[in-house]
Formats: sequence, structure tokens, C-alpha cells
Amino acid sequence: MCIGVPAEVMEISGEEARVNVMGAGMTAGIVFVPEVKVGDFVLLHAGQAMAVIDRTYAEESIAEWRRVLDGRDEFLY
Amino acid sequence: MKRISLAHGEGGELTERLITEVFVKAFGNEAHAAYDAAVLESAGSTLAITTDSFVVKPLFFPGGNIGTLAVTGTINDLAVSGAVPLAMTAGFILEEGFPLSDLKAIVSAMASEAEKAGVAIVAGDTKVVAKGEADGVFINTAGIGQVYGGNGGKIREGDKVIVSGTVGDHGIAILSARNELGLLSDVKSDCASLHPMLSNITYGLSGVRIMRDPTRGGLATALVEICEHHRVTVELEEGAVPLKREVEGACDILGFDPLYLANEGKALFVADEKDAEQILERLHREEKGKDARIIGRVTEAVSAGRLLMRTAAGSTRRLHRLSGLILPRIC
Amino acid sequence: MDVMNFYTDPAVIRSSVEKVKNAARDFRNQHQRVPVIMEVCGSHTMAFARSGIKTALKDDVNLIAGPGCPVCVTDQKAIDAMIGLAGKQDTILCTFGDMMRVPGSRRSLVDARTEGKDVRVVYSPVDSVTIAERNPEKEVVFLGIGFETTIPLLAMAVRKAERLNLKNYSVWMTTKLVEPVLRTLLDSGEAEVDGFLLPGHVSVVSGEKSYRFLTAEYGLPGVITGFEPVQLLSGTYKLVRMLREGKHAVVNDYRSVVGQSGNQIAQSLMTTYFTFSDEEWRGMGAIPASGLVLKEAYAAFDAKRRFNVTVPPQRKTACRCGEIIKGRIAPEDCALFGKGCTPVNPVGPCMVSTEGTCAAHYQYMREE
Repeated sequence: MCIGVPAEVMEISGEEARVNVMGAGMTAGIVFVPEVKVGDFVLLHAGQAMAVIDRTYAEESIAEWRRVLDGRDEFLY
Repeated sequence: MKRISLAHGEGGELTERLITEVFVKAFGNEAHAAYDAAVLESAGSTLAITTDSFVVKPLFFPGGNIGTLAVTGTINDLAVSGAVPLAMTAGFILEEGFPLSDLKAIVSAMASEAEKAGVAIVAGDTKVVAKGEADGVFINTAGIGQVYGGNGGKIREGDKVIVSGTVGDHGIAILSARNELGLLSDVKSDCASLHPMLSNITYGLSGVRIMRDPTRGGLATALVEICEHHRVTVELEEGAVPLKREVEGACDILGFDPLYLANEGKALFVADEKDAEQILERLHREEKGKDARIIGRVTEAVSAGRLLMRTAAGSTRRLHRLSGLILPRIC
Repeated sequence: MDVMNFYTDPAVIRSSVEKVKNAARDFRNQHQRVPVIMEVCGSHTMAFARSGIKTALKDDVNLIAGPGCPVCVTDQKAIDAMIGLAGKQDTILCTFGDMMRVPGSRRSLVDARTEGKDVRVVYSPVDSVTIAERNPEKEVVFLGIGFETTIPLLAMAVRKAERLNLKNYSVWMTTKLVEPVLRTLLDSGEAEVDGFLLPGHVSVVSGEKSYRFLTAEYGLPGVITGFEPVQLLSGTYKLVRMLREGKHAVVNDYRSVVGQSGNQIAQSLMTTYFTFSDEEWRGMGAIPASGLVLKEAYAAFDAKRRFNVTVPPQRKTACRCGEIIKGRIAPEDCALFGKGCTPVNPVGPCMVSTEGTCAAHYQYMREE
């Protein structure tokens, strides 16, 4: 129901930030993510950053899925 | 369809319907209308003839202007028809109040593009309409070329599909230049003349079945048209179509599919397997062809005419013509 | 982002497909049928179709599209009202590109624009406030559609108009909420599903805990899922595994952006500006408290209070979008699909929206 794209934060000024998606830029609102820092990746939806993407969780998810694929470890609910 | 909508001009399904239901119905000559240029026999020689109109907003954009587009667009229609462009005409519809300096800039871009390709602009026309009755300047052209290429034969199973470079650059460049959706990118239009590159590349090769320049409607629409007209099935490999990172990023943000964005300096080839590597090699030697890739192949030489995409998941999905306008989406 | 490469890696996708198929076959051996999974979100529907995963899994998992496409669930009368608004003197109507081609009972916003009405597409709701600022002599109305992900952005737009003290800006709210429609679906007993793939980006705002009712009250499992091919497969796998083992949990498989409680700032903005309203859902009728509208205090920004729009009588068509949204029939079961109803000439909204179930089937799976 909603497109969300990972975008890198390049510059912050007040309630807005210049964000970059693979080199294409956009000015995005950052009211929902006051903790955001330059260099973070955010989830961009219709011109607003909705969340700061947590790299640790992202990497953990990948490691977990690799283990599942290798049959070494099955996921726990 | 009671009135003309913007979508009728986007090169997709509605454009096709306008052509078949209005123009071909009145003018006939369906066989000629199917291609970028019509090929006619005249006094023992084979000529290609084409006409094109140019309306673009903004008139000046990164990588060119409406004048560059008018010359390269006309040349490319001839070049992909296997012709050496000989001469072209240019008609201008100017809006009252249009700055002369802008007109001079446009015309000088046309002159330099034409000179680069060795094409003479030999006739022209000017009309001026009242303010508000046109948007700055519209250009209409005609082009004539001498067909050199032999017939590359019928499309066969196993033929390869090649694109000469990254797709969607022009579409994204125009969108960024319009400054409407807040998109900021440095992508330049790929607006460039394909002549003499195409005649060099196909020189001495007998297996070039067809060439096209995938302009409005993009790569996917051009390929669907090829599939339907020749009744073949083409299978593209997902991820094989070359894309600039910024174009991919812009498409991600706005929910566009780059396969449907306009190109103004790209060629699409369907060629015999044995010639494909040669074409690719020759393309790679050219600046305009350095990103060329084999993007798919003909999987059925007799079919209802389908374009398929082989996905990373191992299945295929069917691609259709561009339908309606390209609109940004949030969903 | 480098981690994205993993999620689109063809080799990883292929082995993930096998992993899901194997889990689904275990389920089939157990139950003598394939698992039925509803992806609530329209963007999931689209991603499944586009990535070819839906086709790759078609013999092993029955994926049905849920009610989570804001365009598809927008009532025909609401679209007629929007087109009516566009016809008002000195009015600029702003909307998302998604809404432009949705047919009302007779016309769409594209048609209204072709007839010379000032209808503009914006990428962000906040951009429509800028248009109002630049056109003080015109009324600017934004068509506020969307689910929980988009609703906070509507609040942002109203907040900006309020700060700029604009008198010529308003929003026509027709928003929708996930929980009420899922409850309605489940209570009606019409949707026979084993579990849900839950909308990743709605969850960013509403949080993992907003789905507790699924397990607590309906005993059904769900997985909050991302949108890249490997994320779709991982979410599906986890759901199928739970089904195989009879577990009923809500698993968050999108932790990089979805937290327990969601985005507090977005939620508090929504509470400040909006209050619950009964909304008409296309094909499903009115659902109590299933949307949000502006509070009385912000009536000045509420287009529904500011403008009187008359809606023409509704026209019946053979369109079965309502049943398709509920997962009761597939697009191919509708007599209009691909014949009277195509993306160029859509009859129902499921064919208009790129994420609509019918458009997804038409674009990516239709075979002649």
C-alpha cells in the first residue's frame, strides 16, 4: 500500500534533509525521525523520512536468512 | 475516446490506437506506418522517408534542447531504418513573444548536430501564432535517406536482442529539468545522433534483422511492437538491461519502470546469434555504445507476439506496451 | 544501500524460492491442500507479481491479495466527489499520481484535466501547501487518500498550512485504516486464510504490537514483511513454517525499520489533527471507525466542510473489485478482466492502481 525507498541522508537543515537514492536526490521532511544523522539511511515515503534504517537489524536479518538457507539454523518465533 | 488526452502522445497503447483507428484508417499504408521511417523505391534506388514533430517542456534541458532533439530524432529514425540520412527539413511554429536569443540557440544546436552527422537542412518554414496558442516553439521535420542495408532476413529463434546503452536517461533528465516533483538529479539526456555509428556497426553483417530507436514508450514498448509485428516471442533477462544508478534511484523514488521511459540516442537490435558478439564488440568501441549489452533473445520465431521477462525467481512475466501516462506513485 | 544487494541477488532468490516451496510441500503433506496466505498490502501484491515470485510459487502457495490498496478501496462516490471538486471555479486540485486514472461512475481526474480543469500531480502532500502559498487567489484542495503510512503526511501538510496561516488550503480526507478492515474481513467469515503477510510500511508507523489482535482474538499468525524479493520470500517462509507447526504468532521480519510501538511522532501528529470516521470501502460497504478525518478544530482545512459537492447517481457495472479485494475471487474470474477492463480503459480501481490486484495480474501474469 505504500512505496518506501532507502535513501541516504546527505545534508540536514531544520526539518528537512537532502537525501539521495543511488545518486538521485530529493528534499525530504525529517519531522518523524528527529534522531537522524548525516550518513544514515532512511525509509523515504512521499517526501518524508518515515524511519531510520537500523543497519544492525538489517545485517542480522541477512545473517539469519543465510543460516536458514544453509540449513544450519532454523528461525525461532 | 472522445477527446485527445496527453496519454495519446506518450507512445504507448493509446498512441497505437490513435494511429490505427484514426490515421491508418484514413490514410491506409499500414505496412509503412509500422516503422520509424517508410522505405520507398524510386527510380531504382531505395529511399527512407520520415517525419516527426517536437514538443518538449522545458525547451532547454541537460544534454540538449528541442533543436538537438529535432535533428537527432529525425536522423535516428532514418539510421535505424538502415539508411544514410541525406537531407532534412525543419518547420517552426513560434509563439508571439518568444525570445530571439532562445531561437538562435535552438537553431545553432540544430546546425551543429546536422553538421556532425553530415546531413543538410535544406528547406524550412516559419509560422507565428498568438501568445498562448503554442508553448514557445514547436518544430516539425522531415528526413530523407538512402537505404544501404541489405535485408537481414526473418527473425529466428535464438536471435539476440541488444541495446546500445543505458535506458531511461532522457525521461529522467526531462523530469528533473521540469522541477515538478522535487526530483534532483544530474542525469543528462542521451539525446544524440545514431548516424554514422549504426552504419559502421552493421557494416558487412548479414544477420541484423531489425533496428529501432526506443523513444517515447521506452524499451519495453518498442520491443512489444517488434514482437507483435513479427509474431515472435522475446525473452529479456531481468537485470541485464543497462541502467544508470541515478536513473534507477529516481525510478525507485517515483515508482517508475525505467523500461517505459523515453530514450533519445539509443538503438535496439535484433540480430542473428553469430553477429551479436560482433555488434557488441563494435558498439563497445564507440563512446555512445560503451554500455551496450545483450539483454535477451528470441525464444519463439512463430508466436502470438509476446515480450517476456525472465525473472530472478526463475519464472517469466509478460510485459505490455506503456498504458496511459507515466505518473509518479506512492503506492 | 549495500545490504539491498543481498535482497535482490538472483542466486539467493532462487534458493529462497526452493526453501519456501519445500516448507509449503510439508504443509501440503500435512493438510492435503496448499496454504492460503493473504498479503494485506497492495505493494506486496505488486512486488510478488513483478518479481515473478507469485508465479514461481503458484503450485505451492495460494497468495491472495488483500484490501491494502488505497486506490482500490476508494469508493466510487468519493471519486465522483473529487471530480466534482475539480470542476469548481478557481480551484486547483492536487493529488497523488495514483489517483489520476481511477474511474468514478463516468470519468476520471485525467478526463477532468483533459477538459481543462486544473488538476495537478504532486509527489508529496506538503508540495500541495506550497502550491496554495503561491496561488493565494485560488482554492487549493489536496485529495487525502492513504493508509497509516501516508496519513501522517496529511497531518504534516495541514500543520504547514496552519503555520503559514493559509486560508485557501484544504484536504479532502478519504483515508483508511488496516485493523478495522482486517477485523471486518475476518468477522464476515468470507476470507478463508491461514495467515497474513502484514504491511511493512504501515507497520513502520503503527508498530509490531498493532497486530496483537490477530493472534489474541482470531488465532491467526502474521509476518511483518519487507518488499524486496528475498524479504518477500523470507516472510512467506516464516509464515508457512508457523502454519506447519501450528504456531500463531506475529513475527516481525522487517526489524530494520519496524519497531514494537511504531513511530510515536507520526502517531501523535495523527491524534492531534484527526479523529475516527466511518468510511465506505469499495465493494465492502461502510466500516465503522475505519478511517480518519480532520477534527472539528481544524474544520477550516477540511474540504468536506468547506465545499458542497453533488455526486451523480451511481452506475452499476459488472466490476467485481469488491470480491477481489476480499480475496474471494481472482481477477480472471471477473467477466470484464482483460476484455472490457484493461489498464488503458479501467472499469474498476483494481485495474487502475499499479498495485491493484487486477493491474498486477494484467501487467505481469496475463497470457492470451
